[in-house]
This record gives sequence, C-alpha cells and structure tokens, in this order.
Amino acid sequence: MSVTDLNPLLQRLEAYRHQGRTALLPALHDAQELFGYIPQNAAEEIGRALNIPLADVYGVIEFYSLFYSQPIGKTIIHICNDPACAMAGSETLFKQIRFSLQEVKTTGDTPTLAIEMAPCLGLCEHAPAVLIQGKAYGHANQQTWQDLVSGKGERPSSVLGGTVSILTANCGLGHTVHLSEYLNFGGYQALRKALHSTPRQIIEEIKASGLVGRGGAAFPTGLKWEAAANAAGEIKYVVCNADEAEPGTFKDRVLMEDDPHSILEGILIAGYAIGAQKGYIYIRGEYLIPYQAMKQAVEDAREAGFLGNNILDTDFDFEIEIRRGAGAYICGEETALFESIEGKRGFPRLKPPFPTTHGLFGKPTVINNVETLANVPVIIRKGAAHYRKLGTEQSPGSKLFCLSGDVVRPGLYEVPFGIPFHHLLYDLAGGMRPGHRFQAALFGGAAGAFATEQHLDVRLTFEDLKAAGLPLGSGVITVFDETRDLRDICLRLARFFAEESCGKCYPCQMGTQRQFEIMQRIASGNIQKHDWDILQDVGWTMTDSSLCGLGQTAASAILSAMKHFPHLFKSD
Amino acid sequence: MLKPDKIVPTTCPYCGVGCNLELHVRDGFIYKVTSPFDSVVNYGNLCVKGRFGYDFIYNKDRITTPLIRKEPQKPGQRTQAFDRSEWRVVSWDEALDYTADRLVEIYQRDGSKAMAVYCCAKATNEDNYLLQKFFRAIFRTNNVDHCTRLCHAASVVALQMAIGSAAMSNTAAEVKDCDVFILTGSNPTENHPIIALQMKAAVEKYGAKLIVVDPRRIEMVNYATLYLPIRPGSDVPVFSAMAHVILKENLYDREFIEQRTENFEAFAASMEKFTPEFAEQISGVNRELIIEAARLYAGAKNGAIFWALGIPESTHGTANALSLINLALLTGHVGRKGTGLNPLRGQNNVQGASDSGAMPWHYPGYQSVEIEENARRWEEAWNIEPGGLNRQRGLTTTEILAAVHPGGVRALYIMGENPMMSEPNLNHTRKKMQELEFLVAQDLFINESGAFADVFLPAASWAEKDGTFTNTDRRVQRVRQAIEPLGQSRPDWQIICDLARRVEKRLGRPQSAFWDYQHPSEILEEMGRHVPDYAGIRYDRLEKNGLQTPVPTADHPGTPYLYAERFPRGRAKFHPLEYQPNAEMPDEEYPLVLSTGRVLEHWHGGTLTRHSWMDDLFPEALMDIHPADAARLGIEDGRPVRVTSRRGSIVLRARVTTKTNIGVVFIPFHFREAAANLLTTDAVDPQAKIPEYKAAVVRVTPASEEELTAAEPQPRGRY
Amino acid sequence: MSELITITMDNQTFQVPAGITILQAARQNHIEIPTICYHDHCTANGLCRICVVEVEGARTLQPACVVGVREGMVIHTSSERVIRSRRTILEMLASSVDLSEAPEIQSLMEQYASNTNRFPDAEPRHPPLLDDNPMYIRDYAKCILCWRCVQVCAEDAQYAYAINFSGRGYETQISTFYQIPMPESTCVFCGQCVGVCPTGALKPKRQWLLEMGYTPDEIMSLTRSQRQRRKRREESPAAF
Repeated sequence: MSVTDLNPLLQRLEAYRHQGRTALLPALHDAQELFGYIPQNAAEEIGRALNIPLADVYGVIEFYSLFYSQPIGKTIIHICNDPACAMAGSETLFKQIRFSLQEVKTTGDTPTLAIEMAPCLGLCEHAPAVLIQGKAYGHANQQTWQDLVSGKGERPSSVLGGTVSILTANCGLGHTVHLSEYLNFGGYQALRKALHSTPRQIIEEIKASGLVGRGGAAFPTGLKWEAAANAAGEIKYVVCNADEAEPGTFKDRVLMEDDPHSILEGILIAGYAIGAQKGYIYIRGEYLIPYQAMKQAVEDAREAGFLGNNILDTDFDFEIEIRRGAGAYICGEETALFESIEGKRGFPRLKPPFPTTHGLFGKPTVINNVETLANVPVIIRKGAAHYRKLGTEQSPGSKLFCLSGDVVRPGLYEVPFGIPFHHLLYDLAGGMRPGHRFQAALFGGAAGAFATEQHLDVRLTFEDLKAAGLPLGSGVITVFDETRDLRDICLRLARFFAEESCGKCYPCQMGTQRQFEIMQRIASGNIQKHDWDILQDVGWTMTDSSLCGLGQTAASAILSAMKHFPHLFKSD
Repeated sequence: MLKPDKIVPTTCPYCGVGCNLELHVRDGFIYKVTSPFDSVVNYGNLCVKGRFGYDFIYNKDRITTPLIRKEPQKPGQRTQAFDRSEWRVVSWDEALDYTADRLVEIYQRDGSKAMAVYCCAKATNEDNYLLQKFFRAIFRTNNVDHCTRLCHAASVVALQMAIGSAAMSNTAAEVKDCDVFILTGSNPTENHPIIALQMKAAVEKYGAKLIVVDPRRIEMVNYATLYLPIRPGSDVPVFSAMAHVILKENLYDREFIEQRTENFEAFAASMEKFTPEFAEQISGVNRELIIEAARLYAGAKNGAIFWALGIPESTHGTANALSLINLALLTGHVGRKGTGLNPLRGQNNVQGASDSGAMPWHYPGYQSVEIEENARRWEEAWNIEPGGLNRQRGLTTTEILAAVHPGGVRALYIMGENPMMSEPNLNHTRKKMQELEFLVAQDLFINESGAFADVFLPAASWAEKDGTFTNTDRRVQRVRQAIEPLGQSRPDWQIICDLARRVEKRLGRPQSAFWDYQHPSEILEEMGRHVPDYAGIRYDRLEKNGLQTPVPTADHPGTPYLYAERFPRGRAKFHPLEYQPNAEMPDEEYPLVLSTGRVLEHWHGGTLTRHSWMDDLFPEALMDIHPADAARLGIEDGRPVRVTSRRGSIVLRARVTTKTNIGVVFIPFHFREAAANLLTTDAVDPQAKIPEYKAAVVRVTPASEEELTAAEPQPRGRY
Repeated sequence: MSELITITMDNQTFQVPAGITILQAARQNHIEIPTICYHDHCTANGLCRICVVEVEGARTLQPACVVGVREGMVIHTSSERVIRSRRTILEMLASSVDLSEAPEIQSLMEQYASNTNRFPDAEPRHPPLLDDNPMYIRDYAKCILCWRCVQVCAEDAQYAYAINFSGRGYETQISTFYQIPMPESTCVFCGQCVGVCPTGALKPKRQWLLEMGYTPDEIMSLTRSQRQRRKRREESPAAF
C-alpha cells in the first residue's frame, strides 16, 4: 500500500475527538474526501481518535457504498440505474463512459476515473442523472463525458408545477432562498408565534391540523410529538429525516435546495414542542448541494439568533447539527438512521421500543420527514383550521408529488389532496409522451405498487389510495407507457433491494437476493415452471416476516405486478 | 462432522477462576473443549487456555514411564538432564523402591529436618492432602509448602491477622452487585480472564464504577472511572492516604467500626501522617485523584476490593494487604453481597492446596502446627502415636531451598512445581538445587527443576484422574477423568499411596496411617472429618455447581460470601501502618523497576503451555517498556535488549507499549530462554516470607540478535 | 413474584408472568417455537425470523424471541402464514450456505418439509476457508450470519471487538479490521465465538485437523513447540 500522509486527517480528527463514536461518519467522509478512499492506517487513526474498535470502523466503512476501503479512482462517477433514469438512457450513458474510460490513462495503481452504477440519485425529473465526485448533473446524455467531468455539465434546477404553492411557495426561484429573503416572505414568524405559546398548545395545533408524516408511513405527527413530549427524560432530540432515497423521490431535495429555512423553522418548532435542545438533519450522502444549502442556512440562522441560546429572547435553546449519510437506502428507516448518526452500521432496530421513548442515543426522539417539517410553519402561522381548508377531511393540506418517467413534464407538483390522478397526469404534467399511451404507474417508489388504467380516476388521498390498494408513500409516481417492459422495471427494483438490503434479518437478506435472481431469469425470458410459486413465497415471506419496512416492502411492487400483469411472469 | 464418544464435564486446570469445562473425547483424544452456558462460575465463557490449552497432554515430550538418572548424582555436582537419553526407563516397582530406599536412608540418617516437599497448587485437593500427610505422618516434618508462598502469602498472613481467615470473602461474580470496586495489583484480563469479563460487564452493563490502582496501564484501565498510576511499592501510602481522607472527611462507617472492629484509635492515629500530599510525593499519583478515589469508594453502597499479586509480592506485602483491609473495615464494605476483600488466587487449586494443609505452619484447615490440640487431632486421624507429629513450624519454599546444605534439607520431593523458574534469584536457586542429595520429581514433563532429579515419576494429567479443585472464591468443584492415563502415568494420589506404603514398610510401621483408598472421594471425606469447612462436602453434592466453603454439614448449601455476622477472629482488627520502601529502589546504575508476571497465553514456568499450541501464539519472552523510556535508551520495538539486575542478566526482545508506565518495565516469567527470575530479588517480607517479585531494579541496554538465547522470527502481536 | 397476565396461544389460554417474551411463554407451556439465531447466552436480535408467530391485530408476523407478551394477546404459533415463512427461510438458507454441520437446522428442514433444492440456480455464499491462527479455523461458507460470534466478541462476553462485518445485504460476511489475519487483530483467542457457533463455521483447529484425517500424533507434531524442541535439543541440550 502506498504511503499516505495522514496529517491533514489528523488535524481534522482533533475536532471530532471529544464527540466519540457519533463522529465516525463525518470522520470517514473526511478521509474519503482527502484520499479518494479510506486507507487502513487512516481508519486506524480514526478508530483510535474516536475510541471505536477497529473492526467496528471497518464494519461501518463496508456498510456504506460511498466509502471505499480500496482506491478505485481519483474521480468517481455514479450513474443512476433506477427506472426513471434507465428509461432515459442511463445504461447507454454508462456504456459510453466506460468505453471512453478505456482511453483514460491511469496514474500508478489508481485509475483516474472510476464509474459505478448507483441507486436513484433523486434527480428523476432530470433523468438521466449522474454524480461526479458527489456533484449532481442532470440530462447527462445530452453532454459529452469530458464536459461532465470537467464540471461543464448542467446543474439541475427545480421544475415545479401544481395548483397550489404552499410548501413550495419559496421554491423555483432559481436559487436558494437566503435568510433575508425568507424573513421578507414572513419566515420565522411561526417560530415567534410558537415561542409565545406553550409546547402543549403547539402539539394540540399540530394534532388539530391532521398532519400526518410525509415520509411514507403516514403516522399522525401530533401524536408522535405528544408521545415524545410525554416521555420521561431531560434530553430529547428532533431528527429531520432527509435521507431521501426512495427511487423516484426528489421532493425533499427541492425543498432543501430552494427553501432550507422553512425546514429549520419546522425543526425548531418541533424542538420547542417536545422539549428538545438538539436537532439533527440527516441528509443522504448523494445530496451534496442540499447539504451545502442546509449547512449555509444553519450557519445563517445561528448568526441571526434563530439557533443557539435564548432564541428570540426566550429561554428556548436549540442547536442543529447536520449529518451526511454515505450511500445506504436503509438509513431512511428511522432507527437505522439513528444508528448511522451514532456511528454504526445502519441496521434497523427492533421496535418496540419506539423512537418517541428510545430514539437517538436511546433518548426520546421525534423523527420527521423534510416535507412534514415544512408543513409545520404553515400550520402554526395560519392555524390548523386554515390549514384544513385544503384537502379532504382525512387528508388535509397539500401534497408534493414527484412525477417522473414517460410524462411530458416530469417535475415536482404541489396539489391539494383529493385531485384525481388523471388530473395530475394529463392536465398538470402534460400527459404521456406524444404518440404513446399510459400502461402503468408505480406509486410509492420501489417499495410501492403498480397502478393501471383502472386507477386513473383514483383521488389522490390517503384514504382513496388505500382503498385502491395503492400506497401514497412519499408521493412518488413513476409513469410507464406501453413501450416499457414492466419485467425490466421489476428487475431494477429487485436489484435495488438486493443491493440495499442491510443483511440483518434473514428474509430480506436472502429474499432480496433470490428475488433478484429470479427476476433476472424472468426478465431475460427464461421463465421456469416454479418461478411463480417461488417468487410468491419469497415475496410474502419478506412481507410478513422481515424486521423493518425495507424488507416488508421489498416485494411489494413485484407482487402487485404479478397481480395486475400475471402473464408477464408466466412462461406461456 | 465429528461426533464425540463422550463429553466429560470437569474443571479447568489453569487459573483460580475454576471454569467449568466439557471435554469432547474421541478415541481417547480430546479434540474440543466447550463450557456449559448455565455454569455459575463462567457462564459458558472461557479463555484461550481453558478452551485450547489442554493439548500438552498429548505432547510428544511428555514423560509417561518412570525414569531413573543413568549417571548417579552427587550433592554439589548435580546436573540438569533434559534429554531422555540421560535417563533409564524403569518399572514403577523399581522407581518407587528406589525412591523409598533413598528417602528412608536420608530420613533415618538425618531425621525430619532433612526432608522437604513441594506440594502443588495445580494438583487436586486429594493429591495435596495425601502428600502433606505423607511427609507429616511418615517423615514427621512440617517442611511442606507450595507456590502459595510465592503468590498470596502476604495476603493470607494479613487476612489472618486482621480477620482470622484468608480466602476471598465474596464470590467473584458478585462484582456486578458492586457500585464501586477497586482493582489493584491485578491484571485480570491476562490472569483471571473470566473474572475480567465479569468486571467489564459490571462496569458496562450494571453501572459499577471502577478504580484501578496499578503501576501498569492494564487493559481494565479502559473501563475505569479513576486510574491511579502508582510507582511500584507505594501501595501503603496511597491506600492509607485514602483512609486519611475518609477519616478527615468523616466518610467512615462508625456503626460498623464500633460493632465489629477493634484497634480503630491506634490505626486512625497512624493514618495522620499519610496525607494525600505525602502519598503523591511517594507514589507520583496526583493528590486529587487519591482524594476522589477515597470519596468514591467510601460513598459506595457496596464497595469491593479485588487484588492479586501486585499487593503481596513485596517485602512489605503484609502491610500492603493490611492497607486494603483497613480501608474495607473503615467503610464497612465487607460482609455483604457485592462487597468484600477479594484476593484473586492465581492457581486453579491454590486455595484448595492451602486448605488441604500444603503449608508449613498449618495442618489442613489452617490448624496451626504449634497448637497441641491440633497435633493431637491429626495424630488420632492418621493413627500416629501421641507426640508423633512435629509441633514446630516447617520451612517455607524459599527457606527450604536456603536450607539445602549438609545438616539441613537433603531430600526434596517436588510434585508438579518448578522452582527453577518460579523462585526469585534463580542463580541462587540453581546452586541450591545442585546441593541436594536426593531429588524426586513427579510431573508430566522434565522441566527445569525435574531435570535435576534422580528419579522421575510420571503423573497423570488432570484429564486422566478424578478429584476436586477449590477455586478462588472457595468453590470446591469436581475434576473428572475423561481419558485413560497416557502410557504408564498414574494419578498423583495413587503414586503417593504406593510410595507411602513402601516407605512405611521400610520404617517398620506398616499401615500406620492408612493408604488404601479406593477412590479420591474417600480422601476428601477423610479430610472433611477433621476440617470443619469441608465437613459437609461429598462428591455427590458437587455434581453440577460445586459447593463454596465453609460447608460445615452435609445439608449446608455452601457460603457465597463470608463474615455476614461475625469474623473468624471475632472482631476484625485495624492495623496501624508505616511506609517502608522496597528492598531495592531505582538508582543511577539500575534506573528502572522490573515487575514480573504472567501473560494470557502462558502459565507460570511454562511446563504446560510451552508444550501446547499456546506457544505458537506467544512464542518468546517480551519486555514491555514505555515509549518514553525506550526513546531515551535507544530501544526499538521488537529489537533485542539486555536486562541486568544485581543478580543476573537476560536478553530478550522489547515491546514498546504504553501498557506500562514510565520507569517500569515488565517481563513475564514463563520463558526459560530469558528467565525473568534470574533478575528478581530474594528479599522477602518478614512476616509472610514472600519474595519481592514486583520490584527489582534493573538497567536495560540495546543488545544484538546474536545475544538472544533462541533467535526467533518476530511474533505477531495481539494488540 | 411478578404479575400474571392471560394470553391465548394456539387456542389454549395461559397465565404467564408479565414481561416475558412470547418464546419464553411458549416454552413454559410446552409449545414448541423453533429458533436459529437465538441463544440464551446472547442478546436476542430477532434476525432469523424462524421464530415468527402470528399475533392477532399485528400487520406482520412477530418474532417470538423478542416480542413481549401482553394481556389478552392471541397468538398462533403455526398458522399457514407462519409455516410459509419458516419453510421459505429454511429453503433460502439451504440455498445460501453449507448446512452440513448444522444438525438443528437440518432437522427443522425436515420438520417443515423444506425443499433443499428450491432455488436451483441460486448463488450460494462460498468464501474460502480461513486458517490464519493456531486455535481455530473460520469456514464462512457455513456461516448463517446469526451474529452470535460478533456479539460474544463484543458486549455479550469478551469485549474484545476483534470481528465485525464486511459487506452488507446478501454479501455480508464476518470480518476482522480490513480482513487482517486474526493474530494481528484484537482477538484474544478465547474462542467464545467457537463456543456459540451453531453451524461449524468456527471450529477448533485440532477438531478440524482430526476431521481432515490427521492422527492425534500428526496433529501434535505440527505444533511450534515440537518443532522448537527438536531444534533446541539439537543445538544446546542444557540451555537454561
């Protein structure tokens, strides 16, 4: 192994030393950034500085796909391989770049460029998407790879649509809303109002609004806050789940890039309501631009006195720390996310106990999705009654939908709950590509289910979708026209889960692999007699018996495809 | 997949923890060791020795036939014979007749004082009881001792003085019931690995706070709330300063002191001078740390003290131990679950060998030889004429060797011990071994001591015999035969009985003391008839979990912790203390203090582990030295160094590590190629006669590869 | 001692102490629930899911080894859903690892009529055997990832932290730091890991050699001490 100068790392480690294990991912990010990979002696130094057993350090490096224990390339290119990008030609792009790569000289034993297929990068409206050294570029097939590598590529900006702009009021300006602008737009007034109410009043207001979680599980936010507020203990946390990695989802990225302060304001109000003094924002590792936007916002907010001690001259103290993930879909699962912040492999925990009593560092914790938290200032500022004017009784307010695939205008659409699907698809997003017709849509991302023509009239509410057997999930809708082979889509979803399974529980660890292998066979047309039964058994075993939501939904899309399109899975 | 012919439950033969083992046997070959997870001692956990270190049984160097030296040995010219070509293979009859003849010859010529025996803390209670009985009943000598003298003798003396009994007061696993415990002079992760696990769990899972007081930065420091890095030999000032603080700040347990102790006033007065400032000056430990430690221990609901050989192996070992006892009495941290005074015993059966009377001042059950009533009791037990037993204290191990000269000790019988590795100042030991007129070695291997012998009696290993061991927390547990004795080897108890009968016959007192046991259980029962603590012990009661002594009656459940209501001597006694420096203090010529001890992978003189695959794990002696000292002396990690004391010099490789502190070097004593005890001093504690293994002064200089006795490739480190 | 609650298990009503797990309640009442990763000595993590049972009102099947009983709980330990999961998990195991030395899992496969060849084209995990130390071998082709070894190496017993994981998902393996040989790791060779391994993936070296056909004499002549003794005798018979 080549000799690496560890001094720059050692200097950075000084700042982490007192934090202990929780600083592991930040320290590994630093090493990865400094050396292009994590050399063994760097990992040793990190383990020593943070007092972490070396085997555990290695275990963490190995868990996260953005950490490399071996040098693979000076510049690392990730190309999205999930449905929306694949449909836009990401595999051709991959082959082109790989072909070009053969001409690239290598320096020493480390190649100059390395290229990897990646799970959904959250840029589905700009498909096909690539990351180059962590920086995101859209419509990558319209540029030469030399342009991409030299940084001349197109940086994606938000594509917004819809009929209301409540959560997205400050989005789509072409730049990140700065604190001064945010204040001009009426920002932090909700916080001011909240700090003049009691925590109990805030919780009641959120409960009254009927707000439910936007991350996919749709748990009532007010009840979650109430449970954490009632939990015993001095130390409590608010965690913002910005590990947006569900294939097809990009709403949180847009919110963070365009309007970060609305999220901070939501976190602050949640912190005040439950009696926490510390918040974490966990942003997926692939989201470098949102990370930078949030980081700047936190610094600005701190400078302006919205963070720190005695916020707005009250006795409310609150700090926010931002953490980056490192390439692990599972860390969007709330307890896996806690483990990751704690500096561990992102294994989901057994529940119960639930986060509201035993969350981050074992303390009572509220963990909310970005979009959920963005709703909070809206509710507090205008009141629950006003908030409920939009949407339906059971699904009040507005919702962000991430529309991608074979539609004319892929993008982020904010609509009130209750509009029919066809309205969103045809009237707002411009309908199917010219000359093509609707075949299916995947609702809820990889963990979701397929909708067919019969679902075009379904109203987009929690209650209507549930009745139709479709998950709203995080608001993902990926649309497929008649030219698409859904078996190929299912294969990609199966590969996604096989790669993203954490490996903790047996059904998911082995089931995702077996499902992928069978889908490979089916997608290539080599369907065997027992495949249907095996796929059903594997799918239902994962659904019934997996430890966490990942495994429980890893077969969801495929089982729904088998239900609606059984002929695709049978040999005759 | 291999299926065992049988799985035999037994007790580990290495350290004092006494782990429960299951030996998996196939065609007479033990191929695997497991441990029952419901074991009350080790909960299914083992260390490397327990799980993998049994293979010495099958080593090709093991002696399985009786041997007699070809070349007759003369006093003063005795040589070591390691090679089998220097020995003649003989029958058991010839070996035992020869041994009996020579022993009887010397006894009849020179009397009791010429006879001496080293019993063995590795052998069973039954073996030890019989061997001391043999020498006491037949040769009428109390020159009976074993390696307890070299380990906890000072702890035993101090506990006898203060409390009247010398064992661990509590069960080791009770450490999880402590809120605060002090660990001093003990490196349990290497020496009592399973107790170390329980200590780690106590800290990590049960919230106990640990105070480590040690001149080495041992692994347990990683688990400690407070670490007091003392200079070697400053134990009395540090612990007395803690007592000083506790007295000054009124943190002591008045009620306990009034009701259960005596001599408090004199003790308190003597603590006056031990200010934290004074202790800091002597020990190098920051006074604030001492004060904090005192408050933490005194403030505990349940406080315990665990110590091992760093305390007793000193010329002021008895005082060291008393300073700990004083602390426990002062705070009332004794006599309840999760408290106590806990000297961690080293050998698997050092507690049992001591209980069984393998000591020069006591008959079995700590019955003083100087008390007439005790002698009478044993004369009756052993069918000896009144007045037959010797009423004078015998010689201790070190004294036995010192007394080897014409007119002194002439014949020595060594069962399983290895003084040529374990005694201090080995050059002196060597001379004394050479001086012997007759030496019997009863062992598995020809070790450095057995190589001097005239006759070698091949003993069966622990896996080849039945018996009992008594572990560090007084638990009497079964040793069960798993395989047939290899070759012609025989269990120690059978060898002793056979020899005793032959000697009795020659002395014309056939069957005076009964040597016809059918099974070891009869031996333990014989002992129990006269030792109240063992009175209730029967083999059938030891099946699963053993019994913790005292077990006074056949229906008594055993005693997990001692002194709940009273101390054996009635009131426990405080002892005033004075500071006394080590026999040797560092100076310009010898600027470093050498501490000796064990490593995880080896056992004592190495007779067993160096004949095991264990030797592959840790193949050569290493001297631990702090990076600062190493840099100053120009010593590099892994390079050879010469270590010299006033008594000798050895060459071995250095391991530069912060596990030892500045000014202190550490050498394990397992390696004949670089025998640490060539360097140690034979200065002893005046009360306990224990040598100062932990503080010889040395100088260390770089050496060349050629100077290494056995040049070896670099071992792979464990840390 | 503790409060008793009432549960229904397989249509029988039982009084059991509050606070125990479904598995404990079943064992107390002689209802058999199979386990694989569970070990009394180790922290239960609910990994293998072979102990899942159907609890009325719960969306998914519940792992009996970690889920506590609640008053009025209605449990079915061998419903159709339960059997399908158990059988499929066993079939997937058989397709992934070498179970030839896991008699307990083999007998479960029989009991649940599992087809050992349900996944004929499946890619098994077959890393090479690791023989890097004198005490035990590691044959991870037999490893079912029950985690017991990792746990006993850490807080469940030894606090040595010599092993953790490499990879993730199906590719997960037990590994030392950067896959260094065991003697270079923090391993203290206590073998707690060997003691809890249920499938023969971890095995004492002498047992392994015996199974490989070496005789006890041959095994003993492989030790370093034997090589040394021979050498030493040749060089200096009376070295100290």
